[in-house]
Amino acid sequence: MFAFTYHRPHSLRSASAMIHKVEEGKLLAGGQTLLPTMKQRLAAPSDIVDLMQVPELKGITVKGSTVIIGAMTTHDEVATSAAVGEAIPALAKLAGGIGDPQVRHKGTIGGSVANNDPAADYPAACLALNATIITNKRKIGADAFFKGMFETALEPGEIIKAIAFPVPSKANYQKFPNPASRYAVVGVFVAKKGKDVRVAVTGAGQNGVFRARTMEAALAVKFNAKSLQGVSIPADGLNTDIHAGADYRAHLIGVMAKRAVAAAV
Amino acid sequence: MAKSHITLTINGNEVEALVEPRTLLIHFLREQQNLTGAHIGCDTGHCGACTVEIDGLSVKSCMTFAIQAQGANITTIEGVANADGTLSALQEGFRMMHGLQCGYCTPGMILRAHRLLQENANPTEEEIRFGIAGNLCRCTGYVNIVKAIQYAAAKINGTPFLEAAE
Repeated sequence: MFAFTYHRPHSLRSASAMIHKVEEGKLLAGGQTLLPTMKQRLAAPSDIVDLMQVPELKGITVKGSTVIIGAMTTHDEVATSAAVGEAIPALAKLAGGIGDPQVRHKGTIGGSVANNDPAADYPAACLALNATIITNKRKIGADAFFKGMFETALEPGEIIKAIAFPVPSKANYQKFPNPASRYAVVGVFVAKKGKDVRVAVTGAGQNGVFRARTMEAALAVKFNAKSLQGVSIPADGLNTDIHAGADYRAHLIGVMAKRAVAAAV
Repeated sequence: MAKSHITLTINGNEVEALVEPRTLLIHFLREQQNLTGAHIGCDTGHCGACTVEIDGLSVKSCMTFAIQAQGANITTIEGVANADGTLSALQEGFRMMHGLQCGYCTPGMILRAHRLLQENANPTEEEIRFGIAGNLCRCTGYVNIVKAIQYAAAKINGTPFLEAAE
């Protein structure tokens, strides 16, 4: 790993000032992606701004029908939060299935969302639940936030403060995990709020997380797994890699979506 | 690169040291503190052999910088035995149930199992397997590791250890 200068700000303001002052800075959240990337020399930042001690980025609050989760909240904290478990059980379940216990103790929701790994779990939750990503500068709707593989609407140095999830009437997440990494080979998050149904797919798309609009339309008519009978997702634009081919991923989207609808509460 | 001064607690001892920011916690423990119990298995964050406890959380020490441990309270395998030097319930369980063969994964397994039993004092086999999913063992097939953790749970809880029939 190449050498870098380490900064540990104690407020969001000073974190923002630091990241803008340095040449090739990187924000460090839980480090469960950034550190391996730096070890492989795929990233070689001149400066690391560690967000661990920034108090504004912590905590889970429920305001009316919205769950707001601070960016530096770990997966384990979301998975074991009574407030999240009560308001959006599907979100708690998703967090409890990320990686392994050690990764969940360090990895954060803000880090996962900012990184937008095409096989990460949280982007599917954000998109299906129509979450709002709150940064130190603005609020960005999930539809406008995820721009493609490892790409988001974040500007250089912009810091995610929290993510606000509207509480759905029903939701569920089903994933077919890679047995070694537990990243999603395919993951489908289904959410119903009033008459609005959103279906977000992770792990499958060449451009990262996406919405399955044909499934949404079918489920809006009747929210039942049977409504997805005959609704297929084309394999065009899906990933083929050593884990699964595009055809198989297309098939898995259907299977996972049906399971998610059947299990939605 | 300039080194930074850190103070932390390792296995109950106050430690002061100078570290380069890029030094990983596992390298700091093994090379600067001579605590070679935590192992480097994969160096990519998959195998869990480097697992230590930081402020009550299981963490892979190859996935965090030593400088981030400023002020932290760390437990490694060297700090797990009872104060009188006898084996802890988990160490005894791994010995009695043959929960290790080559032993490379064992320090990480025990540190993770230690935290697991704090989170859940009486886990089922399924909960144990899910709870140690971040620790890989290439020898045992996990069967005896699960038994070792069940043995330790029973000993800590003061309940009889009933070995499941094969």
